Amino acid sequence: MIDGNPAFVRGELLPAREPPAGEKGLLKLCRENFFRDWLSALLTVASLIAVLLIVHSLSPWLFNAVWNARSLNECREILNGAEGACFAVIRDRWAQLLFGFYPPTQYWRPVLAFGLMLAALAPILFPSVPRRFLLFSTVFPGLGYWLIWGGSLWLPLTAYIGLAVGGIAMRLTARLGGGIAAGLAFISALTWWLVASGPVTTALAQLLPLALATVTSREMGGFLLSIVIGVTGISLSLPLGIVLALGRRSTMPLVMMLSVVFIEFIRGVPLITLLFTASLLLNSFLPPGTNFDLILRVIIMVTLFATAYMAEVIRGGLAALPQGQHEAAEALGLDYWKAQRLVIMPQALKISIPGIVNSFIGLFKDTTLVVFIGLLDPIALSNSIRATTDWQGIYWELFIFIGGLFFLLCFGMSRYSMHLERRLKTDHR
Amino acid sequence: MKKTTFLSVLGAVALLSSAAMAGTLEEVKARGQLNCGVSSGTAGFSAPDAKGVWQGFDVAFCRAVAAAVLGDPMKVEFVPTTGQTRFTALASGEIDLLSRATTWTFSRDTDLKLTFAGTNFYDGQAFMVKKALGVTSAKKLNGATVCIQSGTTTELNLAEYFRSNKMSYEPVPVDSSAEGERQYQAGACDVYTSDGSNLASVRASFKNPEDHLILPEIISKEPLGPVVRQGNEQWADIVHWTLNALLEAEELGVTKSNVDQLAAGSDNPETNRLLGKEDDLGKMLGLDAEWAKRAIAASGNYGEIFADNLGGNTPIRIERGLNALWTKGGLMYAQPFR
Repeated sequence: MIDGNPAFVRGELLPAREPPAGEKGLLKLCRENFFRDWLSALLTVASLIAVLLIVHSLSPWLFNAVWNARSLNECREILNGAEGACFAVIRDRWAQLLFGFYPPTQYWRPVLAFGLMLAALAPILFPSVPRRFLLFSTVFPGLGYWLIWGGSLWLPLTAYIGLAVGGIAMRLTARLGGGIAAGLAFISALTWWLVASGPVTTALAQLLPLALATVTSREMGGFLLSIVIGVTGISLSLPLGIVLALGRRSTMPLVMMLSVVFIEFIRGVPLITLLFTASLLLNSFLPPGTNFDLILRVIIMVTLFATAYMAEVIRGGLAALPQGQHEAAEALGLDYWKAQRLVIMPQALKISIPGIVNSFIGLFKDTTLVVFIGLLDPIALSNSIRATTDWQGIYWELFIFIGGLFFLLCFGMSRYSMHLERRLKTDHR
Repeated sequence: MKKTTFLSVLGAVALLSSAAMAGTLEEVKARGQLNCGVSSGTAGFSAPDAKGVWQGFDVAFCRAVAAAVLGDPMKVEFVPTTGQTRFTALASGEIDLLSRATTWTFSRDTDLKLTFAGTNFYDGQAFMVKKALGVTSAKKLNGATVCIQSGTTTELNLAEYFRSNKMSYEPVPVDSSAEGERQYQAGACDVYTSDGSNLASVRASFKNPEDHLILPEIISKEPLGPVVRQGNEQWADIVHWTLNALLEAEELGVTKSNVDQLAAGSDNPETNRLLGKEDDLGKMLGLDAEWAKRAIAASGNYGEIFADNLGGNTPIRIERGLNALWTKGGLMYAQPFR
């Protein structure tokens, strides 16, 4: 069999050949992911048809969009019977949707406040920002209030002095024990706010009037209102929620009972009910003639509501920590507050991040509920805009604009929370 | 003895509380601003324009009252109210005057302790159908599908109307006027029912208004008017007579443009009395002589306000109908100024 024909052995390796056409690139991707079997092939074709139909029906509407018109009828004249969006309404009313009835010459104030808010948030959100900028973050609430509402700069300043007074009182009485010192500090700060701050503000304002034109709450609306309510609610609900969560797990029966009652009461009542309470009931309880700002009342109610939910989210984080962590902290000789601050909270908060951000996003979107008590948030403004004879009958354009802005803000929060989770990931699962 | 003490204490309490209540006029003057409750958006009645200035039929009335009381039609703080918050806002003193297309009914007048200062718009529930349907009367709507806002009086009116005419219908409940319009346009229902003024403005906003027909039948009475708190007669009088002054002005031919000229003096004693040239009527109201002149100058007389916000000068184009002056076959009738 082998005579005269010695076995041939190839001396070198053949170059790798291209895989067959069906096993590479796009074709393989399609086959494996979209046409693996009959069912998935069918579904792929059906989805493609659906997508094409949607694009086909939407694209003339979007591409024919009219941006320059003064009323819906003018839009229709320009379109001349063709299908098309009338985004001219956004061009006409975008400032109103963003700022409400805020005086146009003062638009720079909320814009500046928003920019400063981002700057104040940076050191809290990102550890790469130097720590000394945290000082600005503590100053921002007063500054933001002054920029948006106007009035005398001395008003927020004296409010801050009240905090300083409390701090000094705490320092001076520290050796009387933590609880007593905190109580005394609270009382002295309260005394400052109630008794001294008024006359001091007037006196300082006469000496050096640092004032911006006052803007009343009634003039605010649109996204300005949503962001003011949302951001205040969010930034206050986290610290208050932590306190409440600790209160609920406390071994002191009174503290625990108060926390439980508060949380269960607030969680048992829908937000809309609390808002009606703020706008309708409180008015009847207060003496006639008192002018308790409606937005302030709403902010308080929204904060209380968010706090109760936040407390439960954080309690979930606390419950997830093994008992060993508490015991280890105690074994190190840490007192209660130090143990919470250094050992328990950093871990519990990390576990709770998705829940916390969930509450934040929910709270921000819930701010649109103020439409029911007559505050002009973006949704209410879209109704008002539709009620003018120029724009009656316009729907999608306004809702697309409002929805788009809400999506941007909420998506931003959600991305940040994912970033935070990755950064704090220390487990080895 | 004991009884008299009790009675005098009761009297004192009543006096004190009335003293606290009296003086909406003084409060408004001291504040320098009229707080007027309006709807945050009802076509033709109230809505902010692109500059944030409120416009509309109800808004114009607020401005007239502010002009009469404070001398400046722009000194009004418009407080947007919803159907739920309007009466509480009035009762709690957050607003001085509610001008929000509010129907004057028995229970609101008595049970809710409101005072209606007159009627400035007679509305009523009507039906809108597509012309292609070929229906010309509401009596022929047997078996129709009807878009109706749930939880409103219009729902009850509709049920009563169809029952008393022995017809059947299929309701399509909608949540708001906006949703109703969409459903009607999408063909989810044959008929859309709502207040006549609302239907007219909805129809005006359609792409082809002439394809739709508002049927002649009006199946309910909706007299809309400004409302004030009960127990403050002077303030109620001011609001009531401001409305009357606007009506009287239309009857006498006093308009925004000629009011200054007529106020200098005219041959008509009625005009002179209205504009403060004769018989100082304003003083009896607690105002000055020229109150009515200012109220008319603010946005014109009743007819002008109607035309500018709901009538011929707008796309809504509501006919005067019941809202015409009594001399022209309507119900608008001002009590005499003397």
